[in-house]
This record gives sequence, structure tokens and C-alpha cells, in this order.
Amino acid sequence: MQLRTDVSEIAGWTVVSVYGELDVATAPELREQLIRLVGEGKTRLVLDLDGVDFLDSTGLGTVVSALKRARTHGGDLRLVCTQARITRLFEITGLDKAVPLLPTLDAAVAGG
Amino acid sequence: MAVVELAIPARSAYLSLVRLVVDAAVGSLAPGLSPARLDDLKIAVTEACANAIEAHESTDAEGPVVVRCLVDDDHVTVEVVDRGLGFDPDRVTRLPAATDPRRLRHESGLGIPLMRTLADDVAFTRAVNGTTVALTVYRPPS
Repeated sequence: MQLRTDVSEIAGWTVVSVYGELDVATAPELREQLIRLVGEGKTRLVLDLDGVDFLDSTGLGTVVSALKRARTHGGDLRLVCTQARITRLFEITGLDKAVPLLPTLDAAVAGG
Repeated sequence: MAVVELAIPARSAYLSLVRLVVDAAVGSLAPGLSPARLDDLKIAVTEACANAIEAHESTDAEGPVVVRCLVDDDHVTVEVVDRGLGFDPDRVTRLPAATDPRRLRHESGLGIPLMRTLADDVAFTRAVNGTTVALTVYRPPS
């Protein structure tokens, strides 16, 4: 399975749900999509990674890049992820300190 | 020792296939290895293969990237062999601490730290005609 994304709007946030394998082969596609969304003024982003089966360092880099881009444009990026095998990679690389991992979509879009 | 070998064109589109083969080969030959450890190994192998593919691309090296699974009684080693010019893993940029705001400047360079954390042992062997990365995880006693 390769990469698939669904985009929706919830409570003023643009939610990008990601499904499949996010690796060096597929991450550029997501990166382009996130750049496009921020370019359209959608700077309050939620990335829902609960449908991701596989994540590598390029996928992590894509998240970091989107986070910086959103913040540079006055927005923010929040992550939804509960799968231990994915959250562990954020912890190992220390990225969980930069972008909190939230357990549910409701938690991600709450509080402004 | 059981050996399963896969040669792929040096293109990232083949990484998914590499994971399938590692999963099937190691899963069947080393059944005692937990799913979590097998996941760790697949991530480490993906990182090593991504570096190998990049080495081929940056040097226009020809030939395949070879992925070799070696399953022994007490450990599993996956070797990733490229024909690029190689790099020095010790000279890879050290990442700032996780709490350091400068940490966010690093969108790449996460691959080798991940490999070192996820595998029990990582060995880089450089030769004039390429680099071999050997990633080992230990099997629990059966």
C-alpha cells in the first residue's frame, strides 16, 4: 500500500488524514500537499497519522518541515497519533518535544 | 545460517518491496523475533537502503543495491550493500538536544541516529567500490 490522504475542515483546522506508508518514496507527495495547503492560507493544520502503517526519517522530516512552514505563516501544526510504533519514532528523535502528539482528533482541534 | 538475498534497482519505489521481503524472510526464518523488533529492523533497513540509493544517485553508480538477510540461531543481520562512494557515519551532523529550538532545523540526518537506536548493532564497512551497512538484532533464546 502506498500513500493516501483525506483533507477535511474541523473547527477552523485543516485536518489531513494520512493512510499507508510514509517513507522516502511517498513523503515528497505529502510535502507538496502541505506546502500547497499553507500557500492557500490553511496554516492551522492537523496531521492525523493514525492510519500510517510505516514511517521513516524522511516522513519525520516532512512533519518538521510542515510544522515550521505553518508557524512561519502564523499558524500551527498538531499531530494525532496513538500507535506506539509511530509515536516511538518521534520520541527517539526528540521531535515529540517540538510537536505534541495528541490522542484524538477532538483533542487536536480543541483550544483554539 | 539461512541467507535470503534481494537485489533492487537503486530507486526509492522499491523500498516497500524490501520491507515485504525482510518481513517475510525474517518472520518465517526467525519466528521468535517479536513483531516490534521486526518493525524496528524494517525501519533501520529502510534508512540504510535510502542512504544506499542516495549514494548511487549522487555518484551515478550502476548496478543494484543488495539487501541480504542472514538469520542465525541468536541473531538476525541484514546487510545493505551499495556501489556508491560511501560516507563517513561518524561525520554525520550531531543533532542538537531535543529541547533545543535549533533541533527543528534538522529535517534530514535523522536516518543514522534511528538506525543506531533501532538496531542492536550497526556496522559500516567502507570499500573503494561501495559501503556495506550491517544491521543486527538479537533473537531471544528459544
